[in-house]
Amino acid sequence: MSNSNNHQLSGIKKWGFKKSPWVFHLSTGSCNNCDIEILDALTPRFDIERFGILLVGTPRHADILLVTGIVTVQALPRLLHVYEQTAKPCLVVAVGTCPCTGGIFDGSYHHVGPLDKIIPVDVYIPGCPPKPEAIISGIVKGLAKL
Amino acid sequence: MGEMRTTIPIGPYHPLLEEPELFRVVVEGERVVDIDWRTSWNHRGIEKIAESKTYDQVTFLVERICGICSTSHPIAFCNAVEDLANIDIPERARYIRSIIAELERIHSHLLWFGLAGHYIGYHTVWMWVWRYRELVCELFEKISGNRQSYAMIKVGGTRQDIKEEDYSYILKTMDELEPKMNMFIGAVLDDPVILARLKGVGKLSKEDAIKRCVVGPVARSAGVDIDTRRDYPYAAYDRVNWKVITQEDGDVLAMAVVRLLEILESIKIIRQCVEKMPQGPIEVEVPEIPPGEGIGVEEAPRGENFHYVRSDGTNCPARLKIRAPSYVNIPSFRSRFIGERVADIIIILASVDPCYCCTNRMVKVDDGAGERTLTDKDLLKLSWEETERIKNKFRGCKRSKLLE
Amino acid sequence: MAELNPVQKVKERFPERIIELWEKSPKRIYITVGKEDAKDMVSYLFEDLGARFIIMSALDTRPGIEILYHFSFDTLSKIVSIRTLVPMPFPEIESISLIIPGAEYIEREIYDILGVNFRNHPNLKRFILGDDWPEGEYPLRREHKGQFPYRTEEEQELYREEIRSKWEK
Repeated sequence: MSNSNNHQLSGIKKWGFKKSPWVFHLSTGSCNNCDIEILDALTPRFDIERFGILLVGTPRHADILLVTGIVTVQALPRLLHVYEQTAKPCLVVAVGTCPCTGGIFDGSYHHVGPLDKIIPVDVYIPGCPPKPEAIISGIVKGLAKL
Repeated sequence: MGEMRTTIPIGPYHPLLEEPELFRVVVEGERVVDIDWRTSWNHRGIEKIAESKTYDQVTFLVERICGICSTSHPIAFCNAVEDLANIDIPERARYIRSIIAELERIHSHLLWFGLAGHYIGYHTVWMWVWRYRELVCELFEKISGNRQSYAMIKVGGTRQDIKEEDYSYILKTMDELEPKMNMFIGAVLDDPVILARLKGVGKLSKEDAIKRCVVGPVARSAGVDIDTRRDYPYAAYDRVNWKVITQEDGDVLAMAVVRLLEILESIKIIRQCVEKMPQGPIEVEVPEIPPGEGIGVEEAPRGENFHYVRSDGTNCPARLKIRAPSYVNIPSFRSRFIGERVADIIIILASVDPCYCCTNRMVKVDDGAGERTLTDKDLLKLSWEETERIKNKFRGCKRSKLLE
Repeated sequence: MAELNPVQKVKERFPERIIELWEKSPKRIYITVGKEDAKDMVSYLFEDLGARFIIMSALDTRPGIEILYHFSFDTLSKIVSIRTLVPMPFPEIESISLIIPGAEYIEREIYDILGVNFRNHPNLKRFILGDDWPEGEYPLRREHKGQFPYRTEEEQELYREEIRSKWEK
């Protein structure tokens, strides 16, 4: 699927995007392991807030979309809706093995497909679950690509 | 005519996680009138997938039903297969299973406390409790190699051993946790604001608890004395001393107390298991699983976990039925919500400690007439405002610094 | 509660209606009954003997759909499962939700994934499968391959387009 997240940013917009990215977290059918590791990244041990990374409550304000879980039949409309609402340019990050390939649930009757068949993905962070350090590292690498 | 009816879609389990309308509650004025729910968001078809995986692979599959109770499902599954094939696991494996299960109980209850604190507006509590939860996660990483999904359990015993040099690390972590937990319990039970906020909220009577067949801390907080570790002993629970914690009131405060005291009991069990750990093998060889059926039950942090396995003699199960505790605990909402205030909705929802992924996500479809829609962020705000209002009433009273 | 032997009590109460009673072990007992007697036996165990309802499970076997009702006697450490067979091609059985409110949702789930009709259920509608899941496809039946229903790439793209058009309106 072609990458249409439109990463043509320049000057101050690019600086703002990279220096203080706001993150929206969406679960499309996960076991919550990855979701807890993302929340863990906020706790004092890892504390990503000191980097300016903030979790926001609505996709309209988000620069980064963190997606966890296999995409189930019921979650698919919501995923598409959130993606359309997210302000472009945005960075789509597939956190965990589930959105990357489906993981152990591949082939299930309720599994629509890997995330990159549905929306364009910029960063893949495999792991079941990936450690908070891996998640932070993945986000930073994605931002560096811009 | 009556008062204006409002439909409130309630979203996430985590405050920072957005999910499409998980619950929709119909409210008249300030009181809840009706609630319904639906599940499907997390339905991953695990029971069907299990029919095409071997018994060994299924333990990895069921671990990923839920991240928070990730050891409970493999233990219940292995209990079911061992019941089917009449396998007796070695003593050392029993003790290791108990240690892992109790560590998970501690980590799950601490997770719940952090979130509950956040829901009623104590943000320091969230950060503080999760910081101590990290100790348990690090311990898991040392023993098993992963912070969640430990892959320690297999049919016939355990997959990995706990090395002797790790015993002192386990005991050190317990020694570090225990005084902090005692301090926390003292702070919570003495705080007038928390008592005023949570006492009497979301009450579930003993009769309703029995009628709705609830399990775990939800049942024990309403006076129903059931605990799978004592009623259907497995692992090493009948070889160590511990007690079942019950309360009588059935409200949110009672549930918090049950969970808090259970953490202390878990610390006790882990210490005894480490002390009494026998030498020996950690697994028995299981050449094949004969045709038949087996049932395995296990006490997850949220209640009784039930697995039913049917085998046809091949190396894949013919049918695996999984019933997680939240499946029966969450419908108890129907008895707890009606008549409660809007500001208390979010803490009642959280008090049951619903593991949505175990239960395949709750979604609510309701067709009450709605003129304004409140989001879950609004509900959180209402809950925090209520706590502030109560704090003002108790201004000047001596309170713990943690709960400021 | 006085010490009771549930197996003995059930045998006394339903002497002719039990097809088979198998005590696999002191803790696991399986009782097979006809599908019309299941509700009475469930009611006896729950209301008269005070057992706790754990869950129902159902599986598709060659003679028909087998439904099991699992009950726990916690103080006696016994799990008693009532087994009954519901013949195809139109499986249906009486619902127990009015006796045990805790059974409402599991009956809806079995209706969804196996297609069993529960007569007199207060609210029998879709529960566990997605809103867009096609009617008449029961994933846990033996003949179902367990695949996502929109199999080819074209079908999947059409399905995604349909979803987009729904909320774009």
